[in-house]
Amino acid sequence: MVAPVPEVRLATNANMAGPVVFTGQTPLTPGTPEHDLFTGLTRLGDNTLILGHRVSEWCGHSPILEEDIALANMALDLIGQTQLWLGLAGAVEGAGRTADDLAFLRDGWDFSNILLVERPNGDFGQTLMRQFLFDAWHQPMLKALEGSADARVAEIAAKAGKEVAYHVERSADLVIRLGDGTEESHTRMQRALDALWTYCGEMFIGDAIDARLAAAGIMPAPESLRPGWDALVGEVLAEATLTPPANPYAHTGGKQGKHTEHLGHLLTSMQWLQRAYPGAKW
Amino acid sequence: MYAQMIKTAHSGVHKREDMTEQERAFQDRIDAGEKIEPRDWMPDDYRATLIRQIGQHAHSEVVGQLPEGNWITRAPTLERKAILLAKVQDEAGHGLYLYSAAETLGESRDELVRLLHEGRMKYSSIFNYPTLNWADIGAVGWLVDGAAIVNQVALQRTSYGPYSRAMVRICKEESFHARQGYSAFMAMALGTPEQKRMAQDALNRMWFPCLMMFGPSDKDSVHSEQSMAWKIKVATNDELRQKYVDQTIPQIEYLGLDLPEAGIVWNEARGHYDFDMPDWSEFFNVLKGNGPCNSDRMADRVNAWEDGAWFRDGLMAHARKARARKMAAE
Repeated sequence: MVAPVPEVRLATNANMAGPVVFTGQTPLTPGTPEHDLFTGLTRLGDNTLILGHRVSEWCGHSPILEEDIALANMALDLIGQTQLWLGLAGAVEGAGRTADDLAFLRDGWDFSNILLVERPNGDFGQTLMRQFLFDAWHQPMLKALEGSADARVAEIAAKAGKEVAYHVERSADLVIRLGDGTEESHTRMQRALDALWTYCGEMFIGDAIDARLAAAGIMPAPESLRPGWDALVGEVLAEATLTPPANPYAHTGGKQGKHTEHLGHLLTSMQWLQRAYPGAKW
Repeated sequence: MYAQMIKTAHSGVHKREDMTEQERAFQDRIDAGEKIEPRDWMPDDYRATLIRQIGQHAHSEVVGQLPEGNWITRAPTLERKAILLAKVQDEAGHGLYLYSAAETLGESRDELVRLLHEGRMKYSSIFNYPTLNWADIGAVGWLVDGAAIVNQVALQRTSYGPYSRAMVRICKEESFHARQGYSAFMAMALGTPEQKRMAQDALNRMWFPCLMMFGPSDKDSVHSEQSMAWKIKVATNDELRQKYVDQTIPQIEYLGLDLPEAGIVWNEARGHYDFDMPDWSEFFNVLKGNGPCNSDRMADRVNAWEDGAWFRDGLMAHARKARARKMAAE
């Protein structure tokens, strides 16, 4: 006879440690409006979480003090937005998970950020180019979300939109200056663009969840954001004397939980304390 | 305290009878509590000493991003991560004001950075110690910024106007840092046994390096007198260190942690805590470059600067092109 599995006790003081949160898939039923909304919200919150994390990796290492300040500021905005999106996702889920539980206690396959934001920082040019390509999508996305049928979504979008309006202004400006700077800065920015280009299409490819959220007037159809993005990116790249790559291929999967190898490593450091000391309050 | 062992650009103290008329008038203004402003006449040695002190202070703010940045990617909650980002952003901002204050004395930021990277200028010894567990981040806010505040509150009264005003602004932000550090540390000290162990470990490791932030004992501090007369420095190392110890011990006791060393005893007669001095040979070793993180910190800063050259050059080149295009169009 197999001995019963003993109840797992944490090696922590039970009075001090909180309850252990489940780390699996959402208990919501796929296809329901709640599941759709939860997914839409985690897609937004995971994008800002992962990009905010990537940007924060630069702390103290950027090319000039003003950039250290700007990057910390941007990471701060993105992490603040994450608290709002994932906080709402947890409330919609109704299973007691907080924004922190969602950020620190899910594994990679339950993350639904686009692949672009988990791409490694590379050189400062690649970091800036990734930021611009994302911001150019993020701002119109938030603009559209301001008109969401769900007032909670609209409210967060309005707040985040103010911050992101500045992000895109800044990143577009730097892409132009560096693209049309020295030969080296031009080469680096072109290389960054070439490396990231095939990760942009995912922003505009919807799935059934996106379609239902769009039909309900909660979130815009991803495809609807493409023309605006093409126009802005085309204009900025032209002024930057950079050439949009011809390859139309789009890597996808992030929104459905199929990530690149890089995400696991990011989560390993980001989630370390929560995983190593379950239930502790920080 | 982010500036230590600042060598005054003059040996001994100027005696009044040896001063020129201009120097006497300058000293009179300082003695009357007036602020010296950038366009005012000042002795060359006053200017040189201030550049050293403000420059070292600025470098400390910038290098100080690194031990905190070490944990930004591992902060345990979104709120802690946001607070830490905001704090590190403040530190970088302090670096910026301080470099600007040094520029009002005629020294460029690029030149100060060059001197740092060549090893000819220093930053506070504290940043050559590692942050090894999450409680260290609370300790940096509470104990390190706490020590900086003790010094910087005094420096609000410093004689050079731009430095004094930078200190007023910086102190406001540092007070917030110290409070958030204590709050983060308290969560650890009152948390699980493992968290409490991290807190005690951080306290024990950070204590003596924090005491070193105030510099050597007054009896061994050879550069102070002229700086005190000029009110570049406004309190002695030992006075500030005692003030820090007196304010910090009750905070440690409140957290229920063990005191970090056995020599800490309340001295009723003095009305102060007695405490053991740090191992000064360790301090001088850290200043010489032999601290646990000196080479890593400098390598990080130098690499960031060198790897970023193309970025700075690119922006400069673009600005030149834009100017040329504008002129061609006019």
